[in-house]
Amino acid sequence: METAASLHEKATNIRKNIVKMVTKAKSGHPGGSLSSADILSVLYFNEMDITAENVDSIDRDRFVLSKGHASPLLYATLCEKGFLDEADLDTFRQIDSKLQGHPNMNYVKGVDMSTGSLGQGISCAVGMALSNKVKGNDHRVYTLVGDGESEEGQVWEAAMAAAQYKLDNLVAIIDFNGLQIDGDITAVMNPTPLDKKFEAFNWHVIVIDGHDYEQILDAFKEARETKGKPTMILAKTIKGKGVSFMENNYAWHGSAPSEEQCAQALKELDGE
Amino acid sequence: MGKIATREAYGKALAKLVLEDENVIVLDADLTKSTKTIDAKNACPKRHFNMGIAEGNMMAVAAGMAASGHVVYASSFAMFAAGRAFEQIRNSICYPKLNVKVCATHAGLTVGEDGASHQAIEDLAIMRAIPNMTVIQPCDGAETEAVIRAVHEYNGPCYVRLGRSAVEDVYEYGFDYQIGKGNVLHEGSKAVIFATGCMVQAALQAQALLKEKGIDPTIVDIHTIKPIDEALIVEMAKKHDAIITCEEHNVIGGLGSAVSEVLVRHEPKKVTMVGVQDTFGESGTPAALLKKYGLTAEDIAAAVISSLA
Repeated sequence: METAASLHEKATNIRKNIVKMVTKAKSGHPGGSLSSADILSVLYFNEMDITAENVDSIDRDRFVLSKGHASPLLYATLCEKGFLDEADLDTFRQIDSKLQGHPNMNYVKGVDMSTGSLGQGISCAVGMALSNKVKGNDHRVYTLVGDGESEEGQVWEAAMAAAQYKLDNLVAIIDFNGLQIDGDITAVMNPTPLDKKFEAFNWHVIVIDGHDYEQILDAFKEARETKGKPTMILAKTIKGKGVSFMENNYAWHGSAPSEEQCAQALKELDGE
Repeated sequence: MGKIATREAYGKALAKLVLEDENVIVLDADLTKSTKTIDAKNACPKRHFNMGIAEGNMMAVAAGMAASGHVVYASSFAMFAAGRAFEQIRNSICYPKLNVKVCATHAGLTVGEDGASHQAIEDLAIMRAIPNMTVIQPCDGAETEAVIRAVHEYNGPCYVRLGRSAVEDVYEYGFDYQIGKGNVLHEGSKAVIFATGCMVQAALQAQALLKEKGIDPTIVDIHTIKPIDEALIVEMAKKHDAIITCEEHNVIGGLGSAVSEVLVRHEPKKVTMVGVQDTFGESGTPAALLKKYGLTAEDIAAAVISSLA
């Protein structure tokens, strides 16, 4: 098992690349990418069976970024994993790039589903988990869903289906940072209480601090031990985590920092 | 010759296919008895999943299963498959080019008594506008069986448009079928009728009616709306003076539009479109609806005569 220190180091590299990518592209979604960096660090460096040897195969654990706008997070994680080069990251959102604004599974090694239209990725993850059940394999499926995304009715259609087919090989993580494009989620269209709602939809629900490595590691362990139902990890996070001027500010949902702000952000992430 | 609804033929073909290929998965949205996927469920319950009344989720689940190596047949009524779940089909199936066959039944006015809310007359237009999508409408039982096998061989998204009502056989079972190749059912002269789905039978009946008047139109079954058989359409347009299209669909965006798009680029000619004239349907028997909305053999015959005048 990876140590918290080593996972934090990887998450810091991921966060720095998120900030650099969005700055270079002059567009993208930094806030909700930074909020889930710790979760993806644990997923890709401790939890999931995904390696240089099996990445091209579907015969492994898979991850669906249902909140597809957090593509910088996924690309930076795949870079940290060695499936993308830093030079690739420089092309993010530009013409002819394989790094589309929202991820395309046919362009990037390690992107397991094309996503971006909210509500659909969690259903795709349900489909993958159902396929694994049909095939009788032990592969697990993980999906990261936005808290604002849960305002999409399709999330609840997917929730019903996952429970109906007892998909205990499926783990959904809600990045509960409390903010969406137009503001506080409770002000825009309150989807809470998400824990009680998913429990009512017959999911096993675990509420954690999404920046605490011990809690993230324990939650994935608990999900593995949960049989007969899918698991929802409701991860309380800070939008823009790690960059002081982005933290808890919904203005950073979908806007890029200036060069100066980028330099400031990288300094903070380096702990200077 | 016999008579069978294309949805019935779909159910029978899928029931065989699901046993022949263990990679085949069947999804339905609480309409198994109507779409006839119940046949596949009875043949192989382990690979048939009812996704409930949630078509959007069903299409994205289909995408996820296809991304896991399965060949997925997903069925509902055309209204809810192409209509309700358009965006899931577009973004989760067609954009990543996943191997999902959307087999939509109860298309067009011949849904009948359920009325306009259930009569999809826009689905060909919607589905054909999506990149990577192949769009097919078989006309009878034998062609449906052939299509269900052909889309299984083809790796990529397909929309197959099926009907509720029984239709006369046009083809012999086991005939040589190819996606994208129109079939000339009768070679006549002066006028050519391009028809799709149950309008193929109506066109053949129109040919019989016109024979008495000394008019002998060519009849072509355009089962694949996309990619459409451009070469055949251009060849036929060159050989004939009048061009008529027939579809149980709005004249905006369907077969008439697809044929016109080919001709305007390669062989500009007037096209007369027999179809739903940009209006909603209503409740009634399929026969009464076809009559009221101008989709009978008599309507086609009249269109041929006026086109030749």
